[in-house]
Amino acid sequence: MSSPNDTQLAATDTKTGLSAVLAQNAGSFVGLILPVAIILALTIWPTITGKDITRESIFTIMLSIALASSLNILLGYTGYVSFGHVVFFGLGGYVGFYLMAVQGWSLWLAMPMGGLAAGLLAFLLGKAILRLRGGYFALATIGVNEAMRAFINNFKPFGGPVGMTLNFQVYKDYGGAARALSLAFYILAALTLLIVIISYLVRTSKFGLGLLAIREDEDAAEVMGVVAPSAKTWAYVLSAILPGIIGVLFFFKNGSIEPVPAFRLNFSIEMIVMVMLGGQGTVLGPIIGGVGYQSLRGFLLTSPLFKNIQLAVAGALLLVIVLFVPAGLVGWLRNRFPALRRVLQ
Amino acid sequence: MDFLLTSILDGLLLGFVYGLAAMGLTLIWGVMNVINLSHGPIISLGMFGVYLLFSGLGINPYVALIFVAIFGLLLGIVIYFVAVNRVINAPHLSTLLATFSVAMIITGLGTAVFSASPRNVDYSLGSFTLGSATIPINRIVAAALSMLITAGLYIYLRRTRSGRYIRAVANNRNAAELMGVPSVRILALSFGIGTMLATVAGGLIATLFPFTILAGGTYELKSFVIGVLGGLGNPVGALLGGLILGVLEGIIPTFMPATWVPVIEFILFVLILMVRPQGLFGAKKS
Repeated sequence: MSSPNDTQLAATDTKTGLSAVLAQNAGSFVGLILPVAIILALTIWPTITGKDITRESIFTIMLSIALASSLNILLGYTGYVSFGHVVFFGLGGYVGFYLMAVQGWSLWLAMPMGGLAAGLLAFLLGKAILRLRGGYFALATIGVNEAMRAFINNFKPFGGPVGMTLNFQVYKDYGGAARALSLAFYILAALTLLIVIISYLVRTSKFGLGLLAIREDEDAAEVMGVVAPSAKTWAYVLSAILPGIIGVLFFFKNGSIEPVPAFRLNFSIEMIVMVMLGGQGTVLGPIIGGVGYQSLRGFLLTSPLFKNIQLAVAGALLLVIVLFVPAGLVGWLRNRFPALRRVLQ
Repeated sequence: MDFLLTSILDGLLLGFVYGLAAMGLTLIWGVMNVINLSHGPIISLGMFGVYLLFSGLGINPYVALIFVAIFGLLLGIVIYFVAVNRVINAPHLSTLLATFSVAMIITGLGTAVFSASPRNVDYSLGSFTLGSATIPINRIVAAALSMLITAGLYIYLRRTRSGRYIRAVANNRNAAELMGVPSVRILALSFGIGTMLATVAGGLIATLFPFTILAGGTYELKSFVIGVLGGLGNPVGALLGGLILGVLEGIIPTFMPATWVPVIEFILFVLILMVRPQGLFGAKKS
């Protein structure tokens, strides 16, 4: 039974609902300002100081931001814990490196191929292991990474346990080694900006809403019409492509590639720590987390008091965050100061 | 053929110790659905416990195991209350990261104190010859002790009051609580027993191979594989899984390069997770 009064009420509801959505959309553009500003500031910082060493440390921070933001699409938005995300970085790096070192391809062609290889692996894995939930999925990702590392270790075309090295002549094409280093930095900056914008677009899109729904309650999301298997797979692929591309860039800059540094499980876990530190499921979180984690690590490694026990100090800090601030810095700020929510996406 | 027999026998004996290590992991998973990522560093602590008691105080390594076990139990209870209890009902990520941060703390402190240089417990009981097969007695003792401890755990879980409480909590924590089982204390005890098994397994491994403070990581990964083979949460399955892994490690190198062993292990691991996440021996999911 609906009285005219009810209908009217419903109409006002729709109206406020609609204006709320509009307001939120306007607000979410505001949300992109801070992330982009941070990335741009980091990009021009080395030019201002003019020191190569600054550029190197910012390269590490940028790398962290890009990888953490990629992982966040799966971990933060979809709620699936990939413990072995470094497998995409390593595989992409290996494929791209092989093309550059053995087949003589240029970096510009090798990078997309690395991304493609990582995306393809994620697509196939997505079909296979994304059915697993919670801890089982996390375990499977560890297994995939270890299997891949052990396989590459035996795979002769990729150099087996010794890996591959780039001939120094290669850098000539990019204007010498010094220019190549600087070029790698600006490519990374562009890629980082790209992933941050993708992360924002996903978060505000219908696809992203579906992912958030899966995170909250996968069964309920499916009932509401989210096609969970395909949404999860695409989130996985999306979170894998950039690490694959960046892997090529990183090892190009490095000049050599070996199985152990390419598939270091701890590196995966560091990415998770950064996402958690800043705030999972937010665009800004992984950026703050990447900057925060790397600055802290730099401080601990150079401080005479903590130098020897930096790992233990970082562990204690992580424990405190997990136990007491599980939403991370951005999540905590959002809860504490609701007025800031538009800015802190 | 004799060579194969030796490999199988060797692998089987080692498998018992692997199984013991995995049992610690799988017990914690079965009771509280927590994947203990500090498992590896705790195994390392067991190794160093035996090493320090043996080289520092001259205590027989097998006697030292008793002290190591007590230490492991207490350590586990402390870890539970400090790191796990608060997030036990939170999503998986929280317990994974909480136990991982414990792993970072142990590894960080351990590396600072012991450095990453290799150690070994120089204590050999000689070897035993059976036909053409020669087997170090250390391995036989380690396997026998692992079997004994497994049997002890089985009886403990079946026959004693606190053991039954553990099974009740594993089955249904709320129902157990309603029946008057002090569930928090039982969870802490289970975590303690899990880490105790890990330290003892570490201590036994220390009598077989050289090790570093980081060596536990390898056995943690093996424990994952074994746990999944045997069904996570199923202690007896863990022993069988350990035997399978041990035999695989014995046989594979006889017909292909030994470096392929981890490839096969981890592919098997992922395949089993995909096809039969409850394990080969079908533990019922509680």
